[in-house]
Amino acid sequence: MPILTARGLRKTYGELEVVAGIDLAIEPGECFGLLGPNGAGKTTTLRLLLGLIAPDAGEIEMLDQPIPRQARSARLRVGVVPQMDNLDPDFTVRENLMVYGRYFGLKDAEIAARIPELLEFSDLSHRADSRIQALSGGMKRRLTLARALINDPELIFLDEPTTGLDPQARHVMWQWLRRLLAQGKTIVLTTHFMDEAERLCDRLAILDHGRIIAEGSPRELIAQHIESSVVEIFGETVDAWATEFGGALCERSEKAGESLFCYTRDGEPLLQNLRTQTGMRYLHRPANLEDVFLKLTGRDLRD
Amino acid sequence: MRANFFPLPVLSLRFIPVWRRHFLVWRKLAIPSILGNLADPMLYMLGLGYGLGSLMPQVSGVPYIAFLAAGTVCYSTMNSATFEVLYSGFSRMHVQKTWEAILNAPMALDDVLMGEWVWAASKSLLSGMAILLIIWLMGLYQSFWLTLWVIPLVFLMGLCFGGMGLVMTAVSPSYDFFMYYFTLVITPMVLLCGVFFPVSQLPSLLQAISAWLPLTHAIQLVRPLLLGQVPLDAGLHVLALLAYGGVGFYLALGLTRRRLLK
Repeated sequence: MPILTARGLRKTYGELEVVAGIDLAIEPGECFGLLGPNGAGKTTTLRLLLGLIAPDAGEIEMLDQPIPRQARSARLRVGVVPQMDNLDPDFTVRENLMVYGRYFGLKDAEIAARIPELLEFSDLSHRADSRIQALSGGMKRRLTLARALINDPELIFLDEPTTGLDPQARHVMWQWLRRLLAQGKTIVLTTHFMDEAERLCDRLAILDHGRIIAEGSPRELIAQHIESSVVEIFGETVDAWATEFGGALCERSEKAGESLFCYTRDGEPLLQNLRTQTGMRYLHRPANLEDVFLKLTGRDLRD
Repeated sequence: MRANFFPLPVLSLRFIPVWRRHFLVWRKLAIPSILGNLADPMLYMLGLGYGLGSLMPQVSGVPYIAFLAAGTVCYSTMNSATFEVLYSGFSRMHVQKTWEAILNAPMALDDVLMGEWVWAASKSLLSGMAILLIIWLMGLYQSFWLTLWVIPLVFLMGLCFGGMGLVMTAVSPSYDFFMYYFTLVITPMVLLCGVFFPVSQLPSLLQAISAWLPLTHAIQLVRPLLLGQVPLDAGLHVLALLAYGGVGFYLALGLTRRRLLK
């Protein structure tokens, strides 16, 4: 039984269909990623799933409750980490957790009993009585996650959980999300970091223009949509090289500025050729989710 | 499918945690807040009451400062509720995104707004009470027992002006927008509703307008109580304050739903 299902979800703003028919089924205990370029409809989809906004069409069921009709009571068992930190700046770390717990109808004593565990989990025990302004970006993010766990939720939504964090903080955040998964929690996250999705998610859906254009495990998506290896070639003579050899040595290639992305299943002939070239640098690597993403959603900027 | 943003509010006690949040913030910042809220109207009352009052014979049969006291209770309460829902409310809605955080919990926007509304009334209760305390200390009343009725009335005024102000918060793009409300609504009320002088001094057209304004209803309740009389048409005035506040809250909730939950 999925913990969260959505069928035929649609949402239109003016002329723009931001969510244009989305179907999802998220299983208990999995980490499900919603990927997509800016404006693909990720955040709107999340708001629909949480029952904060009503869809124009479609049905949602979360934790056996119809959404948005029973959204409020379904959210008793859900945690949310929003894209922008919205901690209370006038409160200390501990007060933020206490005040938030009350919104779940928890008694002060219950919340107080839970706070030390959450502070330890988020490595903020030593900062329990610090004001929010005194915390670093990473600490605020960790507190936002701790706050989302105040009700011991079964299902946790994270909207771009590591945007704006330094590499150390991102890796720590990933460790914690894995720990939550190990405890049996279900995670739904949006991200546009492919490495994040590849590391954490059991399954993911790539969203573009309000539709799911691909769905599966990271490995499946790579195997289905893209050649196994990529050679990135940079340099001023790339164009000339591409006209001469590109067609024969690359199964498929994409040009982006002065770089050529050459996709192939057997890179050996290509690499042999490149070793004899001067004036170009190249990088040979296995294909990853980002290649799939760029292939499916294109290289144009979305802002 | 067109979403309907204007169903009736769903009232529940879930607003209490929101109220407690605001109270906790207030407790941390109480001293500057108390000074700002209370010193200003008090100085006006004392300065004008004695300064101007010494130039005048009695106003409506009482010394000017006793006349002014009722007006000060009412407009100080109005200002306090208005400032709270406009500036602090907007900051929580738009700048700090506090409402958004609360809405991710099992709370409805109805609960959030209800919390703002009752909180604004609670805070204005404090402002009104502080003036009432000065009135008691200075003996600017006739019957102590009648003045006790001012306490629930101050809370009701807080709901009235808080509800009205929330409408502005719901539609405001920025803090600057609130200037319109003060210039076009609050300041005219202070001048037309009998805070500083009896409404009967105004031309009849302005008197007719004044009769419809909520601050007039508030003053017509509080002034007699301080002067030792039972207000005339008390039920009507109470109903008017309730109506302004209730309709304001209902409109504000619909407009805020449209703003945040579309």
